[in-house]
Amino acid sequence: MGKKFELLGVSKWKDGPKRAELLRDINFTVDEGLISTIMGPSGAGKSTLLTLLNRLEEPSAGQILLDGAPITQLEVVNLRRRVGMVFQTPALFPMTVEQNICYGPNLRQRREYPGLAARYLEMVGLDPELAGRDAGNLSVGQQQRVSIARTLANEPEVLLLDEPTSALDPTATSQIEELIRALNQKIGLTIVWVTHDMQQAARVGDRTMLLASGEKVEEGETKAIFASPQNEVTRLFIAGRLNGNGSKLNGDKGRSDGAGSESTGPEEEHK
Amino acid sequence: MSMIALAMALSLVGASIVISAHQGLGLEKDILVGTVRAFIQLMAIGYVLKFIFDLRQWPFVLLMLAVMITVAGRNAAKRGKEIPHVFWLVTGAISLGAAATLGVLAGLRIIKFEPWFVIPIGGMIIGNAMVASGLVLNRIQSEIAARKQEIRAALALGATARQAVDPALKAAIKAGMIPTIDSMKVVGLVQLPGMMTGQIIAGASPLQAVRYQIMVAYMLAAATAVTCATLGLIVYRGFFTMHHQLKS
Repeated sequence: MGKKFELLGVSKWKDGPKRAELLRDINFTVDEGLISTIMGPSGAGKSTLLTLLNRLEEPSAGQILLDGAPITQLEVVNLRRRVGMVFQTPALFPMTVEQNICYGPNLRQRREYPGLAARYLEMVGLDPELAGRDAGNLSVGQQQRVSIARTLANEPEVLLLDEPTSALDPTATSQIEELIRALNQKIGLTIVWVTHDMQQAARVGDRTMLLASGEKVEEGETKAIFASPQNEVTRLFIAGRLNGNGSKLNGDKGRSDGAGSESTGPEEEHK
Repeated sequence: MSMIALAMALSLVGASIVISAHQGLGLEKDILVGTVRAFIQLMAIGYVLKFIFDLRQWPFVLLMLAVMITVAGRNAAKRGKEIPHVFWLVTGAISLGAAATLGVLAGLRIIKFEPWFVIPIGGMIIGNAMVASGLVLNRIQSEIAARKQEIRAALALGATARQAVDPALKAAIKAGMIPTIDSMKVVGLVQLPGMMTGQIIAGASPLQAVRYQIMVAYMLAAATAVTCATLGLIVYRGFFTMHHQLKS
């Protein structure tokens, strides 16, 4: 099994009157064909880390390799097709479900894609009849499935998930978890899944990294991490007693992570 | 109009000062400042225009237009202070809109290529393009902020910055063009425009005056369209990096 992504000493900070450190010296590997989860409290820098992988953001230092080559050597548009991303909110375009699903293919070649929407709707467990509906008229759970279908229509090799279930109820959440696991197993899709919910990480992850205040705390096989955490911070997190400033970094509590997509709602419960 | 007649018109200012004082509006000082400024600015521009018209030298006409465009650019740029190089972008867009429209007007011999046509008509075009540019700048910022998630989703699907920003860009360009189009629809029904009024007062036949006004309506539509589209297409880049990343 190869390494899909390799992060080598990746740091991210925001320049300005007060330099805000978002990520510090992250080394991390995403194995091909596995589900890697990145868990951590609010403001840990999880979403920022994820957006570095498809270059929605640029690291301030360090290097990221995809299949052994620096991602900066790839055409950024091609990189983003190979590395699809699903966000916390579905962020569907105000058009029909079908137009949403065909958005990516249409960027490459503008034409009709008969049957494409139906195929991907089925793949994410939705009724193909929904294709003609306005995306805004669906339930949030359905919208999130459509947004997964929209990303899959680009036929990515890697799927980045940025808290894809944090806006969903428990039923929709477990449906999405099942769907993603099925995609991982059936088509061998490599998944990087960011979650603030350690139970979700334990359920879905093959490998897991804990991120706190911009630093990697611990990384390893998910089962091993939960069975015998090596680090005190990991133990605190698993016990639900770690919040946004629970690390060794100084003076960085409560900062936003720059990507603007960290949840502020459900994560409050952990504080 | 004689200067004596103009001095008589001061009695109108007197009336507004009396009203302000009587009602306790506290506007007396502003009225006085406005009165003096209107007098000085317009007298000065009157002499400048007379000087340029008498000279009939094109460099001076172009200089005059350049000054008008610069002032318009500075004014419109205030609507987009956050945008890099906004003054140059706006000034460029207004210049292009004005040059294209004046070029067509003069090239097709719709107006005489004389200073006393080019400057007032250029002024109308530039003024209109300035207001439209301000609207475009305002709107593109609010649209991009409001559609941030949608834009990031599009980028993540492999869209270029231009493709991802397209809906926001269209909304901004439309916002700049709509007021001119709307006023074209009701012109003559709601207000009699200044140029037409002026010509009628100067003794022109209303039938002749309306022809000019119709031309003005058409040319303003063209000028705002060129300016807004140009501005939109050059200004959106400031919101993205060269790697199709939305700046935060």
